[in-house]
Amino acid sequence: MIFRIENALQTTRRGFLKGGAGLALAIVTPAVALGETGGPGHAGSAMVDGEFSPNAFLRIGTDGTVTVVSKHLEMGQGVYTGLATLVAEELDADWSRVTVEGAPADAKRYSNLFWKAQGTGGSTAIANSYEQMRRAGATARAMLVSAAAEQWKVPVSQITVKNGVVSHAASGRKAGFGELAEAAAQRPVPADVKLKDPKQFNLIGRAAPRVDSVAKTTGRAIFTQDIKLPGMLVAVVAHPPRFGGVVKSVDDKAARAIKGVNDVVVIPNGVAVLATDYWTAKKGRDALKVEWDEAKAWRGSSDAIVADYRERAKTPGLNARNDGNAEAALARAGKVIEAEYVFPYLAHASMEPLNCVMKLENGQCEVWNGEQLHTVDQFALAKTLGIDADRVKLNMVYAGGSFGRRANPQSDYLLETAQIVKAINGRAPVKLVWSREDDMRGGYYRPLYLHRVRAALDATGMPIAWQQRIVGQSIIAGSAFEPMLVKDGVDVTSVEGAATLPYAIPDLNVDLHTTNADVKVPVQWWRSVGSTHTAYATELFLDELALAAGKDPVAYRLALLKKHPRHAGVLKLAADKAGWNKPLAPAADGAKRGRGVAVHESFNSFVAEVVEVTVQKDGSFKVDRVVCAVDCGVVVNPDVVKAQMEGGIGYALAAALTGAITLKDGMVEQSNFNDYPVLRINEMPRVEVHIVKSAAAPTGVGEPGVPPLAPALASALRAATGKAIHTLPIGEQLQA
Amino acid sequence: MATINLNGRDVSVDMPDDTPLLWALRDGLNMTGTKFGCGIAMCGACTVHVDGQATRSCVTPLSAVKGKKITTIESVGEAKVGAAVQAAWQKLDVVQCGYCQSGQIMSATALLASNPKPSDADIDAAMSGNVCRCATYVRIRAAIHEAAKTLA
Repeated sequence: MIFRIENALQTTRRGFLKGGAGLALAIVTPAVALGETGGPGHAGSAMVDGEFSPNAFLRIGTDGTVTVVSKHLEMGQGVYTGLATLVAEELDADWSRVTVEGAPADAKRYSNLFWKAQGTGGSTAIANSYEQMRRAGATARAMLVSAAAEQWKVPVSQITVKNGVVSHAASGRKAGFGELAEAAAQRPVPADVKLKDPKQFNLIGRAAPRVDSVAKTTGRAIFTQDIKLPGMLVAVVAHPPRFGGVVKSVDDKAARAIKGVNDVVVIPNGVAVLATDYWTAKKGRDALKVEWDEAKAWRGSSDAIVADYRERAKTPGLNARNDGNAEAALARAGKVIEAEYVFPYLAHASMEPLNCVMKLENGQCEVWNGEQLHTVDQFALAKTLGIDADRVKLNMVYAGGSFGRRANPQSDYLLETAQIVKAINGRAPVKLVWSREDDMRGGYYRPLYLHRVRAALDATGMPIAWQQRIVGQSIIAGSAFEPMLVKDGVDVTSVEGAATLPYAIPDLNVDLHTTNADVKVPVQWWRSVGSTHTAYATELFLDELALAAGKDPVAYRLALLKKHPRHAGVLKLAADKAGWNKPLAPAADGAKRGRGVAVHESFNSFVAEVVEVTVQKDGSFKVDRVVCAVDCGVVVNPDVVKAQMEGGIGYALAAALTGAITLKDGMVEQSNFNDYPVLRINEMPRVEVHIVKSAAAPTGVGEPGVPPLAPALASALRAATGKAIHTLPIGEQLQA
Repeated sequence: MATINLNGRDVSVDMPDDTPLLWALRDGLNMTGTKFGCGIAMCGACTVHVDGQATRSCVTPLSAVKGKKITTIESVGEAKVGAAVQAAWQKLDVVQCGYCQSGQIMSATALLASNPKPSDADIDAAMSGNVCRCATYVRIRAAIHEAAKTLA
């Protein structure tokens, strides 16, 4: 998710072939990029179930409704709107007649072209689909035009299409898409189609309204939690209190005595209570008496991990970047600046706690899920259930957030559901529901990391050497993604953003200690992955260097970014719009104010943010304003880009202010929003988003708004107070 | 067995009295617009109106709402204020994942029903019990002002 697109293109196929059981079967070549259509008996016609279906990505009904099939999960990032925009643009559809539905699991037709497997993540949805979806729309348009030309006996070249209406100006003939659907389905599918020149775009680059707004403001949108099947049982699971624990014995007498409790089953990761509804199942779970076998349970604590990582950071790790010889340059240098940065475990804490609905019938498994990693999940379920992968049908419904969590490389909560369904021999469909506490304590966190960074400055104050050491768990090791994302022992997602430091520093070294052999807390990617910590360490440290050099942080960065115009571009734009060169207005009551800046590239998009804060005498503070500049290439929908920057800033701010999962004696100390506070409306700053005009290929926006926020905030707080925050979250460090 | 007045109709729910209204709505009555987020009244995803008051249904037992008038997201748009709030939400494209938005809309509607022209501070006070992990707060604030404008 995570890795650079060009690397992915080169390595993904190989990676999946190597990567773990069964996945090789899912590999497809891009030759079928538009997918096949037509069910059995539809050879020679693109009419399927009464609709014109020229390819796997859209259908046009005889009533003129255009249904776009999204191969990507809509989890809030606006991808349904984005993909539909691409199709509708080339189709010249009437936007108000466009609807979107989620694609089933089918890697042949719906693979992520950057992964060659089906899934959503790494801010790749628009980037990998940009041409594919446009081509899907253009193909349908060509067939509609061809059908009209034949019916009207006029040349194709005289036909125009606008807003879902096909017209021939000279004869005054017009027809809606619906009227032409049946005839278009009989036309040959063109082998190639011409895509529009960007100058002709009517929808791309304009703020088409979101396709999911109405459903999501009326309570009609269907999430996994809302699925109810006939005879379905709700399962609530008692999980072991420590990672790695297993059930030793269970007394389920009291649970079974509760009216509505249907069954109690032991599964590898706990005890599941099945009942007619959630509340009864939860009561049953609470009534269980479970004895746990914790012989293999992990009993570490966050404090001990930090102390251990600090020791490890004293010795060199595996090389992730080595320009020149940083150690030698540091040894030679007169002045060496050094800093340590510590990052806690973080929970994703999506609004919809994890859940999954599954039915096993006649050797066929059907799943309803906010499905983010289709191919991996499909094969994992097949293996667990002992059936072929093509017997696993995945229905992708809206996800109430994910931030990476629903793309679990171990398919954790899906397999838990499968184990329950298996334990009851598939006699009823099952909805697994995790409580908020289950979700918070269920692991798969952003790992705890420690960075130690040293740099030397020359006589003019510019950095000449930089050595950065990163210590933490790999989120990739042991997963199907390992062959493509771990290179020479280095998980590229642990070092991305640091190993890719853009600043012109001649002697530059980044190395990594990976701690998975000793630390057993389950970890996973979390919105913006490695950049969640590398951006903070690199940008705040660069800020410290500018301070030591007595130079303006923006000018200092620009001097080091001469070969990186897109970094420089967003940095200048954000600084300009924030009024960086003018002094910050003082607070009326004598409180201190401060302003900070950071710039970072992630997922091939470039974002700079300027943060303004007001700090009270007691150290409490408020983030007043964030000015954001983003360069994500061609913009498909500027309002969605803006929304993703706003949301990314808020998500990052929550983590920076209070986000921390801590462990003590192997147990997670947090449980719910009372002790894992998240951002609330009164803490949300004003946000201004400025988008760089660009003709470069479109890149993602779901994650890149996150990384610059925390370092820009810490920089602003230092400007106001003189105190540098070296350990996240900020918490009450300024109140001390 | 409890009888409640749900969205203008008397309905019976055959669930124990201690069942939270949230689960009676969702699992008992198949009204899934009201969402489960935390179960301890810390996130507001489950907000409904009980006799017009914004109420966290996840901690409100059925026994406490017998005979009371309950309004959920499914019918809030039938009244003028709720309709204005939904329209403002749609006009400004507030939603992202959307999971919290039923609760946000119920809280915002209750706010505007009692305070037709809320200030930013009023909005903070009334809405800070509703969490949005997508952080759509900038637009929630703007949409409440927008709805207030259309209702004025």
